[in-house]
Amino acid sequence: MKLAMTGNEAMAYAMKQINPDVVAAYPITPATEVVQLFSQYVADGEVDTEFVPAESEHSALSACVGAAVAGARVITSTASQGLALMHEILYIASALRQPIVIALVNRSLSAPINIHCDHSDTMGSRDSGWIQIYCANSQEAYDSMIQAVKIAEKVNLPVMVTADAFILSHCMERIEVLSDEEVRDFVGKERKPVYSLLDVDNPVTVGPLDLQDYFFEHKRSQIEAVWHAMPVIEDVAKEYGDRFGRYYPVVEDYRTEDAEVAVVALGSTADTLKEVVDMLREEGKKVGLVRIRVFRPLPSKRLQESLSKFKVVAVMDRVDSLNAFGGPAFSEIRSVLYETEKRPIIVDYVYGLGGRDIEIEELVRVFNDAERIAETGKYEKLVTYLGVRGEE
Amino acid sequence: MKKGWKELPEGCIIDKPATSLDFKTGDWRTMKPIWHEDKCIQCLLCWIYCPDASILVENEKVVGINYDYCKGCGICAEVCPPRASAIEMVREEK
Repeated sequence: MKLAMTGNEAMAYAMKQINPDVVAAYPITPATEVVQLFSQYVADGEVDTEFVPAESEHSALSACVGAAVAGARVITSTASQGLALMHEILYIASALRQPIVIALVNRSLSAPINIHCDHSDTMGSRDSGWIQIYCANSQEAYDSMIQAVKIAEKVNLPVMVTADAFILSHCMERIEVLSDEEVRDFVGKERKPVYSLLDVDNPVTVGPLDLQDYFFEHKRSQIEAVWHAMPVIEDVAKEYGDRFGRYYPVVEDYRTEDAEVAVVALGSTADTLKEVVDMLREEGKKVGLVRIRVFRPLPSKRLQESLSKFKVVAVMDRVDSLNAFGGPAFSEIRSVLYETEKRPIIVDYVYGLGGRDIEIEELVRVFNDAERIAETGKYEKLVTYLGVRGEE
Repeated sequence: MKKGWKELPEGCIIDKPATSLDFKTGDWRTMKPIWHEDKCIQCLLCWIYCPDASILVENEKVVGINYDYCKGCGICAEVCPPRASAIEMVREEK
């Protein structure tokens, strides 16, 4: 069935079909609609969910952790400052190995205060132990929410599914939805927790003090879970594709077969870049796109396979790390490719902060720059700030 | 023998109850309560006020102090009725 929906509606609809045990949330632009629409499903009796309107995002995620350790299947939604306020609890959710899912709308962090898209919020949480799936369109956001529940419960790690603010969250798209039965069959009727606080016959202690003698061992065990998550993410995406026809690789290669230069991007810009690649291919240019869909865990092997063959890789970061070295995708891609025999020249383009539109012409410029670098073997700037006034 | 990371239960949990008994926390006292049975009027105020479980009670009567968990805070001596003064704080000796 095809429905016309915004990204927020699509994620809320996926949540309705998943029918989680608990949703605890606090509204924030531009993710407000996700829980607003979901609360309507609760009020209309379309789901069995216990809905907890919390007094802050810190409390919302805390309630999610509480419900999850009691064995519940839990989903919440937030953006930007809300995710920042959840930051403390993000680490607790992941270390306690709770498979919570967040429908996350990517919005800039203050200051200056802004409600539009960039990736500063989730990139600020990239080392919190959550799996991160960056969606290129709302169809993918819908599909990824359903996959996220299954991934999370297989690896016992929390997952955030991200959609770019307004570009996806508020834009109408034609979404192919599954039936409720298909979704419930895919995610399973209920979560099967390793332990539960409600299991009074097998009492456990959750979250006790853990000092020098055991903290490192517990952390090491969590780290191991992250090392092993990638094949599960790929398996779930494959199973989803086999059953419903839509496949999502963790790293997507688009028209890269004979390409000499490639642009790397995350989120909705990747879909725009596909148009640009098609345009440039019409002109006979050997260019391609590599989209990173899963950024955490880092798909290091897949990135090495995809990127080492190019002469030039231009990374597009919708956030700057404020480390005087560019954006996070750029830093990590350079690090990953240090291990390969052949290494491309890698440059960074920081763009679109605070929802600044990225135009087709600017993306063409990125490809043109990359081709020039490929010809000369030299680049002028390691990091370019694209689409900002006052830049040389 | 302390466990390696592969042997630990998932999610930093403690998978059985009452393990706090295995964790002796009374080794950093500087002052130590001494209970004098002959002065004790068995009001049990020390048992009520002890922030840990260091006042040993059997058959509703104080029978001693559990030094495995006592941190020497002195609350028991403080709440002991002055005319009884059955608990005396002394310096912990090495």
